[in-house]
Amino acid sequence: MSLLEIRNLKVEFDTAKGPFKALDGVDYTVDAGEVLAIVGESGSGKSVAMLATMGLLPDSATIAADKMEFEGLDLQTLSARDRRRVIGKDISMIFQEPIASLNPCFTVGFQLGETLKAHTDLRGKKVKTRVLELMHAVGLPDPEGRFNAFPHQMSGGQCQRVMIAMAIACSPKLLIADEPTTALDVTIQKQILDLLVQLQRDSGMGLIMITHDMGVVAETADRVIVQYKGRKMEEADVLSLFERPQNPYTKALLSALPENATGDRLPTVSDFAEAGGF
Amino acid sequence: MLRFLLGRVGLLIPTFLGVTLVAFSFIRLLPGDPAELLAGERGISPERKAEVMEQLGFNKPYWQQYIDYVAGIFQGDLGVSFASKKPVLDEFLTLFPATAELALCAIIIAICLGIPAGIFAAVKRGSVADQAIMGTALVGYSMPIFWWGLLLIILFSGILQWTPVSGRISLLYFFPQVTGFMLIDSLLSGQKGAFLSAVQHLILPSIVLATIPLAVIARQTRSAMLEVLGEDYVRTARAKGLPPHQVVGLHALRNALIPVITTIGLQVGVLLAGAILTETIFSWPGIGKWLVDSISRRDYFVVQGGLLLIAGIIMVVNLIVDVLYGLVNPRIRHT
Amino acid sequence: MKNQPPAVSADLTQLEKESRSATKAQLAEFWYYFSQNKGAVVGLVIFSALVVVAALAPWVAPHDPGFQFRENFLTPPFWEDGGTTSFLLGTDAVGRDILSRLIYGARFSLFIGIIVVAVSLTGGIVIGLIAGYMRGIVDTLIMRLMDIILSFPSLLLALVLVAILGPGLVNAMIAIAIVLQPHFVRLTRAAVLAERNRDYVVAARVAGAGHIRLMFKTILPNCLAPLIVQATLAFSNAILDAAALGFLGMGAQPPTPEWGTMLSEAREFILSAWWVVTFPGIAILVTVLAINLVGDGLRDALDPKLKRS
Repeated sequence: MSLLEIRNLKVEFDTAKGPFKALDGVDYTVDAGEVLAIVGESGSGKSVAMLATMGLLPDSATIAADKMEFEGLDLQTLSARDRRRVIGKDISMIFQEPIASLNPCFTVGFQLGETLKAHTDLRGKKVKTRVLELMHAVGLPDPEGRFNAFPHQMSGGQCQRVMIAMAIACSPKLLIADEPTTALDVTIQKQILDLLVQLQRDSGMGLIMITHDMGVVAETADRVIVQYKGRKMEEADVLSLFERPQNPYTKALLSALPENATGDRLPTVSDFAEAGGF
Repeated sequence: MLRFLLGRVGLLIPTFLGVTLVAFSFIRLLPGDPAELLAGERGISPERKAEVMEQLGFNKPYWQQYIDYVAGIFQGDLGVSFASKKPVLDEFLTLFPATAELALCAIIIAICLGIPAGIFAAVKRGSVADQAIMGTALVGYSMPIFWWGLLLIILFSGILQWTPVSGRISLLYFFPQVTGFMLIDSLLSGQKGAFLSAVQHLILPSIVLATIPLAVIARQTRSAMLEVLGEDYVRTARAKGLPPHQVVGLHALRNALIPVITTIGLQVGVLLAGAILTETIFSWPGIGKWLVDSISRRDYFVVQGGLLLIAGIIMVVNLIVDVLYGLVNPRIRHT
Repeated sequence: MKNQPPAVSADLTQLEKESRSATKAQLAEFWYYFSQNKGAVVGLVIFSALVVVAALAPWVAPHDPGFQFRENFLTPPFWEDGGTTSFLLGTDAVGRDILSRLIYGARFSLFIGIIVVAVSLTGGIVIGLIAGYMRGIVDTLIMRLMDIILSFPSLLLALVLVAILGPGLVNAMIAIAIVLQPHFVRLTRAAVLAERNRDYVVAARVAGAGHIRLMFKTILPNCLAPLIVQATLAFSNAILDAAALGFLGMGAQPPTPEWGTMLSEAREFILSAWWVVTFPGIAILVTVLAINLVGDGLRDALDPKLKRS
């Protein structure tokens, strides 16, 4: 049995200008210990699928799927209360903007402890001890000093480490990282990616890496799903995708990488759109 | 935080001097000189007039008068009421508790109803409940409160006869003023029915005075909540698996309260302006009625002193609100 | 690059045409968002109806608002016992037709609103532009002065100003305009500060635009949205404050059929003749509510932040 299995997922948003199809029949499967990368440009619906899994989409979204199961648990029929037992504990998620993702009014220590209190029996001093352990595990320098810090007093990279600590607090089986490095400095990006990969290897959890960056894919993923405008273009293991891309869109995406560029102009995906017919 | 506070106090000093200048100029801008005003319709002989002007210090140069005036303020001297011959400050201190009690009750009503209503409307955005709450809030916001007070009197005092028409407490009860707050004093007196009577007298004026702040707070809370509910950290809180009351009531509300606190602070001016009307309608013996009566009987030292004291209260409250704002907003507290 | 023709040769008429159609498109977009808000449309309809009634008062009103019908003191509205259809909303204590007085009163309220907004808006914009554009000591002085005005409750300050100027409608309007104007100053100044270092302003300055042109033609049009919203707010506030002053006997003086003044005259009858008290208040409430509905609609339609959702 796979860790997460989604069949034929469709998501529609009600907007002022009529319904908007964000996802149109996409399948996702992740096994324990596997790193899946979902790649696509903005608007491809790559975040929407995972937000639907987490139950974080706004009310204006209509979600339909033939199957949507986490460890055999049907996520579609789950009550809100039961979903909250899973969310943040067995499946957790980190986001693109680390500073904005932390509440500016509460200390980092409080926000970390909150996750523990919601999902474990730890109380009082034990919470703090565990929080400090977590902060240490994600490589935050001086956890004791940082415990009472507010998000605005830390850098983006440090905030993302806090977010990761929060996500792994209850030893999740699946971690979803939605563009975890996009908002960070280039030098910090690598550190955060390394941290994620190392944590994934140590714990054996499943990891879904949502990104638009082929470099991130190459560095982390076992398997890749390429998405475009709410549809799946291609799914392959990482080596064959880079060596033998099948779908014209994937080819276009790869040739738009700076290191693959020939001539004096960098091609864009739209250069291939008409020729490729996607 | 300390620097933030000092900055705010620093800004207050020129404003306060400006306010004293306004109050000072007020009497001197009035048509006719003060001695004539004092004498009123009866007229005054030239000798007596010179004597009064001398006594009030109005024959000195303006700058000298101003310095004397400001020096007087710091010694608690705000002049003497023409009508009662009592010092203005004493009169103010006697009447102020009545206004404070009314204003406090009003702002408590406004906060206790306005914030939950605003949160509810924001969470149920677009629903019938949201539209009903916001529609009611807009009506409240547009309300001429002097008419609203009269309407409530017609209904509750006239038709239903539930509440008295005016005053702070029934004349049946007499007890010493300890705090000046009728609700507390009536309880302390131990007299049967006194507290109930005080509540009956207080309830309509409080509702009338609370109307506009309530509407403003509800509207502001809703829009602040809507803004905050779309923030990334609220999504994070949901992603942690926290229950809705914790997501909305802790993570969202804590942030939404920051602008709401500023709004509540701004209501103090609204309350004091509203008190002028409310106290007039309900014959409530407070600062507002005192000022209106003084303006109509041309008791201008009272008006001058009242202007200064009310501006002073507003400035102090705004300073407190600024401090609170700093306390609830860690981004200011820790810089 | 040497032989390029000068850039000014762009077809001027063509440019004008384009800019006009752009303005038209903007207006169309604005109207689309405004008309989405049902409350705002209702408010606009009520407000327009009020304007028409006020303008046509001599033809619409059934009676002369000042005429005292000696046989009809405190006649109730027509649906009550003792009411007559010749006085639809009844008469007041001296036998004047309430409906006619309300219709004429609409003229006063709208007039007060328009004049007060015009005065405080113009004054506020000019002072705010100067403060934001000049900066330095001028700015500090102006803003301190505004702080001082704002540290008094508006109604109290208006009362005091009326005490200095003497009671009456015109003086009440002056007082209210002075009290409302700091909000415009603050808004304009804040907008100017935000705009003055934008590229388009710098470009206009580099192109040689003078101070006055920069202030009024370049910067001001880009600060208009919040000012328009504030102007509707000021409009309703002016009507409320003028009515409050009238109610306290410091605004329009009897027998002027101003709504607040009517309420003040009617106070002694609250427990005996409810209609003399009720109708002027409803008139004030409906007018202010209509304007505030329009104001909310304007804010939503002009606020680009809300547009996206």
